Amino acid sequence: MSGLPNRKLRNAGIAGALGLGAALALAPEALPQERRSGFEFMSRESQVLQQDDTSNPGMLWVAEGEALWSARTGASGRTCADCHGDAAVSMKGVAARYPVYFAEQSRPIDLQGRINICREVNQNATPLPYESRELLALAAFIGKQSRGMPITAGDDQRLEPFRALGQELYERRQGQLNFSCANCHDDHWGRKLASSVIPQSHPTGYPLYRLEWQSVGSLQRRFRNCMVGVRAEPYPFGSPEYVNLELFLMTRARGMPLETPAIRP
Amino acid sequence: MARALINVPSKAKRGEIIEIKALVSHPMETGYRTGPDGGLVPRDIISRFLCTYNGEEIFSADLFPAIAANPFLSFTTVATESGRIAFRWIDDKGQAHLETAEIVVE
Repeated sequence: MSGLPNRKLRNAGIAGALGLGAALALAPEALPQERRSGFEFMSRESQVLQQDDTSNPGMLWVAEGEALWSARTGASGRTCADCHGDAAVSMKGVAARYPVYFAEQSRPIDLQGRINICREVNQNATPLPYESRELLALAAFIGKQSRGMPITAGDDQRLEPFRALGQELYERRQGQLNFSCANCHDDHWGRKLASSVIPQSHPTGYPLYRLEWQSVGSLQRRFRNCMVGVRAEPYPFGSPEYVNLELFLMTRARGMPLETPAIRP
Repeated sequence: MARALINVPSKAKRGEIIEIKALVSHPMETGYRTGPDGGLVPRDIISRFLCTYNGEEIFSADLFPAIAANPFLSFTTVATESGRIAFRWIDDKGQAHLETAEIVVE
């Protein structure tokens, strides 16, 4: 698939927006009607792998998360289900609205951060390390409960300054190669970087199973991939920069259906 | 930890061809990769996978290092009688696993 027709179309759209006097043209990001999930850029075989739960390896993590949901943890001896009940009811739509504003610490938190706060405060358990199998399993299980629901992140007005920080990070050039996220994912989506298609960077399916990783991984792991790729020093796992960036991307992807656990190449 | 997701139809008509799917959780470490210390990570793959239908072998496979992590195996058989379909696999650490599924044939 050639990316050139897309680009022409998009430029025409931006020219139209400028003609209307809109001030939106600073970042040439995809217009809402032409937003595309990474799903659409995959091969048909990978799409089938994602759509069939019996072959989607992400479901192994979902099954593990389901077991952890009702496993006694920490000094309190409480399970997740003791407070939250049936996840199919209580967790429906939850992953679609994260990251949310956490008033007690006056900052946004992502779903993994929320799981760890719950563990510390309510279960008296140690927080799970980022990218640990257990944390990914719980996040995948909770995410699965919102599958197919539209993303609603960024509703809270208090999130706005953090979203702006995330956008600033997205558009900031960094690393030895001096690229911003937008340089590839806004300016060249649909075209190829080596043999891989550049997607629009909508985080619609995290945590997801990457064939390259042969494992489920979080959005933060994906961020680190790109940062290492442009030879920037990645932030440590759990740093506020990643949450701000996730917040910006999730707000930008509002209305797109959640696919957790997705497959990506 | 989820060891495998096994998908067998719970009911089938006698003589019907049924599809059986097994998604096995396993790292399938090739033995060719180096670890953080520069040394080779020891090979750990599922070497053999076997499926029996009421004790009779209906499918088996030898697996090799080029097979990706979390292998997915799909095959068909003819539903002959009600009973148990058992899945066994063994890896390089010598760990044997068993999963079973019941099928009702009418």
